Amino acid sequence: MSAFVDPEPGQSMITDSLLADDVLVQVDNLVKHFPVKGGGLIGRTVAQVKAVDGVSLTVRRGQTLGLVGETGCGKSTLARCIAGLIPATSGTITFEGHNITNLPRRKMQPFRREIQMIFQDPYGSLNPRRRVGSIIGDPFTIHGTATGAARKKAVQELMERVGLNPEHFNRYPAEFSGGQRQRIGVARALALRPKLIICDEPVSALDVSIQAQVLNLLADLQDDFGLAYLFIAHDLEVVRHVSDSVIVMYLGRVAESGPKQPVYETPRHPYTAALLSAAPAADPEAAAARHRIILTGDVPSPINPPSGCRFHPRCPKAQDLCGTEEPALEVKVGDVETHLTACHYPVQTGENLADAARAVRGEAS
Amino acid sequence: MPLLDVTDLRVSFPTADGVVQAVRGVSFSVDTGRILGIVGESGSGKTVLTQTLLGLAPGGQITGKAMFSGTDLLALRPAQLRQIRGAQISVIFQDPLTSLHPLYKVGWQIAEMIRSHDKSISRKQATERAVELLGRVGIPQPRQRVNDYPHQFSGGMRQRAMIAMALSLSPKLIIADEPTTALDATVQAQILDLLLKLQQEMGTALIMITHDLGVIADIADDVLVMYAGRAAEKASKHDTFYAAHHPYTKGLLESIPHSSASAERLKPIIGQPPSLINLPSGCAFHPRCTYVMDRCLTDEPRLIPVGDAGAHRSACFLPNTAVGTSDAAEATRRHAVLEGRHEQARRIAEAIAESPESESSVIA
Repeated sequence: MSAFVDPEPGQSMITDSLLADDVLVQVDNLVKHFPVKGGGLIGRTVAQVKAVDGVSLTVRRGQTLGLVGETGCGKSTLARCIAGLIPATSGTITFEGHNITNLPRRKMQPFRREIQMIFQDPYGSLNPRRRVGSIIGDPFTIHGTATGAARKKAVQELMERVGLNPEHFNRYPAEFSGGQRQRIGVARALALRPKLIICDEPVSALDVSIQAQVLNLLADLQDDFGLAYLFIAHDLEVVRHVSDSVIVMYLGRVAESGPKQPVYETPRHPYTAALLSAAPAADPEAAAARHRIILTGDVPSPINPPSGCRFHPRCPKAQDLCGTEEPALEVKVGDVETHLTACHYPVQTGENLADAARAVRGEAS
Repeated sequence: MPLLDVTDLRVSFPTADGVVQAVRGVSFSVDTGRILGIVGESGSGKTVLTQTLLGLAPGGQITGKAMFSGTDLLALRPAQLRQIRGAQISVIFQDPLTSLHPLYKVGWQIAEMIRSHDKSISRKQATERAVELLGRVGIPQPRQRVNDYPHQFSGGMRQRAMIAMALSLSPKLIIADEPTTALDATVQAQILDLLLKLQQEMGTALIMITHDLGVIADIADDVLVMYAGRAAEKASKHDTFYAAHHPYTKGLLESIPHSSASAERLKPIIGQPPSLINLPSGCAFHPRCTYVMDRCLTDEPRLIPVGDAGAHRSACFLPNTAVGTSDAAEATRRHAVLEGRHEQARRIAEAIAESPESESSVIA
């Protein structure tokens, strides 16, 4: 996938204006709350699950934006809002300059062609009782772009393109393996030549040898069709491999965002640092040499997120301020202009968070 | 004598579609205090392999031997096996929610485990022990939490409770079947850290079954790589990662995105894993292998030594010159370069140049 062009210091203003045309999707301050109904017949709303709580992001043409975070951080909800599958509570989603937030069904239709989705579970996302050819052909039927023989030809071309045998047109999903099913999902998403494909954990359910096949396919398709991806995964190495820039989410908010390289190599948010240090590396020497930051506790409930910085109860660097004042997502001293961190006490170069975390847990280092 | 010594274990399941050959002649052993990692993809037989040992694979046709402290587990009657299971060999499963009974309190379930093996312990003593165990696995306020139901625990806490249960009778061997797969990265790190700490404290043997080479790299001592019901390669952790011999092991390692090569194209293994009903002839990996030779189509390779000491074994016909010690050193050197440890890389390179035959001391 295309390399991210790191703006040179001092030139970033020019680069920004040049890149402005590249913006495909702009999300501003997106909020999605799910009501929690109380018991009884009336079912009053007793609380809100703050799944996404003020997230802004930019997806650029032909580029991949990686979205990482743990279970319950809101990454899938965010994706579904952008795809228009669920309405947003507030905030705006702009696609090529058009505001597509909560558009009525009919008005959303033309944009749905441009934004497609690939889901995690290649078993659950394909109707087991329909033939593969008709599953992949659905987008043509729905949008009325091809019928009859033309549709069949288009479907078979798609199947060939994603590495499936076009002669298997009449088979059922059950006759395919997990990796092949995910290719079916890719073909379906690709059918209408969208500009953006939202990939929600597209390879998490696959074995590593198959995972690499699908990742390579996605990379090839991006090169061929100039696709942009919003790529959601919990596997940090996979996200690092595919992304140009990365957003790290924690409990419905952005903890850190920026070009891939600085976020991975010099993470400023303690959560990013912990996440990166916790990810298992398939390399014994690197694993032994690494200072793993073991956090205390689990991710808190998004119904009642902690005050101030949402990460503060688990953070090895937390101080009084963190519990009272929510940090703004901003550029920290010494970082490139596109690298934003929401932290009062960002990680400094050479700082040993692993020992700090151990001290918090009350263990001797 | 190893704690567990499995010889030529074969497990097959007759089904309507044919016989599923889940495990096809696997031998391995585990010593006290060691961690054996078993790695393989879905359908490689890694789970059936260990469940068979505990009598948890009903309907399977089993042959082979599994000696555990002098008794053959496969020859035991169910009642005898029940004495060993839990008390001497315990299991931690992947999904802690379905492994815990939803209608019983966590503490009760741990106490029940203790009392089912030793009736002389009173209910009160057993609960007391459950509190102590929960504290030991890092559950905060164990005296209160012992009365919680599983749904009141988070995923990570449930897995801690499962570990507490597995430890409750101080077993000699713990089998952990994908214990962290359902958990988030930061929680996975907590659980691996805990498992490793407890394993070291108690000197237990641990079999870690996983599809994640990262977990193996983190905690295993020795590694068994499984493919289509057979052992493809058996080696120390170091040799598995830096001097892999079997093309499948190499393929697995190359297909993982690696931080030092993030811009490069991934190198996946071509094709799909085979059906265990209709296995390919000869070596089961040959349709996917990039090094395939004529004899791979007809003969099934045995697991034979490929290193000097004999500990490193691979089931592949490729010549073992490819994995001599100098290659191991070369791999380590290349790795050091990739990681930016140039000083170490230079020292290894010098050692290779000076004594092409005996640089193993440098690697260690």
